[in-house]
Amino acid sequence: MTEYQPGPAADPAGRRGEQDTEPSADAAWAASLHPAPAAGVPDPNSAANPNSAANPNSTAGPDGFAAAQPPAATGQPPAPSDSEQNANAELLTQLTAHLQQHRAKLRDQWAARIRDAHLLEAMTAQEMATETSSVYDNYVEVLETGSVEALQHYARDLSERIIPRGVETHEVVGIVLLLRDVLARSLFEKYQGNFALLNRVLDAYEPAANRIANTVAVSFVEERERVIRQQQDSIRELSTPVLPVRERLLILPIIGVLDSERARQVTEQLLSGIRTHRAKVVVIDITGAPDVDATVANHLVQTVDASRLMGASVIITGLSPTIAQTLVTIGVDLSKMNTIGDLQGGLEEAERLLGYNVTRQDGVNET
Amino acid sequence: MSSGPALVSILRQDSYLIASVHTALDDSEMIRLRNNLVEQIGRYRSNGVIIDVAALDVLDSFGAKTLATIAEMARLRGALTVIVGIQPDVAFAMVQLGMGTAGVPTALDLEEGLAYLNARVPRRPVRGPLGD
Repeated sequence: MTEYQPGPAADPAGRRGEQDTEPSADAAWAASLHPAPAAGVPDPNSAANPNSAANPNSTAGPDGFAAAQPPAATGQPPAPSDSEQNANAELLTQLTAHLQQHRAKLRDQWAARIRDAHLLEAMTAQEMATETSSVYDNYVEVLETGSVEALQHYARDLSERIIPRGVETHEVVGIVLLLRDVLARSLFEKYQGNFALLNRVLDAYEPAANRIANTVAVSFVEERERVIRQQQDSIRELSTPVLPVRERLLILPIIGVLDSERARQVTEQLLSGIRTHRAKVVVIDITGAPDVDATVANHLVQTVDASRLMGASVIITGLSPTIAQTLVTIGVDLSKMNTIGDLQGGLEEAERLLGYNVTRQDGVNET
Repeated sequence: MSSGPALVSILRQDSYLIASVHTALDDSEMIRLRNNLVEQIGRYRSNGVIIDVAALDVLDSFGAKTLATIAEMARLRGALTVIVGIQPDVAFAMVQLGMGTAGVPTALDLEEGLAYLNARVPRRPVRGPLGD
């Protein structure tokens, strides 16, 4: 999936200034299909820019026309004619003006709905107020400009903050859908007198709103996946420590399931560890490995052989009865492997090989 | 038989010969190394040979086989051979391809190799023709 990539700050005001740049519509649409690395990284607060909130009319006129194109383009395949686009654009302008006018009321309604639905309970009221304001402003801005880049970045940023606090995917999707609903209801209310107009307003609103919901959900899930990948990496790194215990003696405890990916990593770390620590003897302790299969067992044998090529001898300790039986059954050739029952025995053997003689001093700590 | 600058330097250290491989060797270079080394064992009455492959990032099956041949030929001429400096990647690639060093002892690096030889065939001063 896409990775977070810093880019030039998107400036909604600036974009409105050069509305004749047609590609922006295509780019925004492409971005919504494939949240590409090209996505800009705006100031998360840009959406709360007082200008955009305070000047609902700023998008009127020819500027508004181009700005409203992307949502129109997101409609069903038959491309709308120029006059339709024009009408759609005007509608969206009207619509965002309406949403900005009733910002406070609608936001409170939304916040109340969130509370009623028991969503985001991990957050304080203060945080809720801040976040709902910025989500609201972002939402309206997307309706207005048709560009989801700012929203994408904001959603990623928000996810980064709330995921560690245990906010679930359904909550995030839930609040966006609630906002969609609240705004739609307000539009119903406003246009209920004129059914044809309401129909057209909803035609303009729905695709844009769907895209927003989609963008937020995807950003959130991506962020979650990124966190999970990061954690997997750190677990992997932690799980294969190569520990020097005496000069030229390494211990490699293996805890947890050994799959072939991890086995490969163990080998890599062990071989480079042998070189760094100039080890002569390595004790691999697999007490903590619940099971091994044929592939992993063969990999282990190869590791032992490779270590020998580097001048280190390997002692394997802690083979459980199950593993021992597996190895014998699948017929892995372990005749060249030096195995010893437990880690203590392995260490003693290693010390013997290295010429250490550890003796206990009389009279120390005797009770 | 290939000619040109040697890609392997063979250094005499009393009764030991140290062959240091500088770069990947093709088959004819490998043969040249074998012939030179075995010839010099006789000339200097060496009793120990160290082949340092630390500079190699690949070792093909012919190379590994030739190293084993050199060790056997050296043994027949009265010298013990040890291969040193096999890199981690090379070591693992070798075992994955199922080619070991066929019983030739290995050591981590030159220092370890010298210690290994010293423990088995003590180094003694050699009086003989000067090296070329």
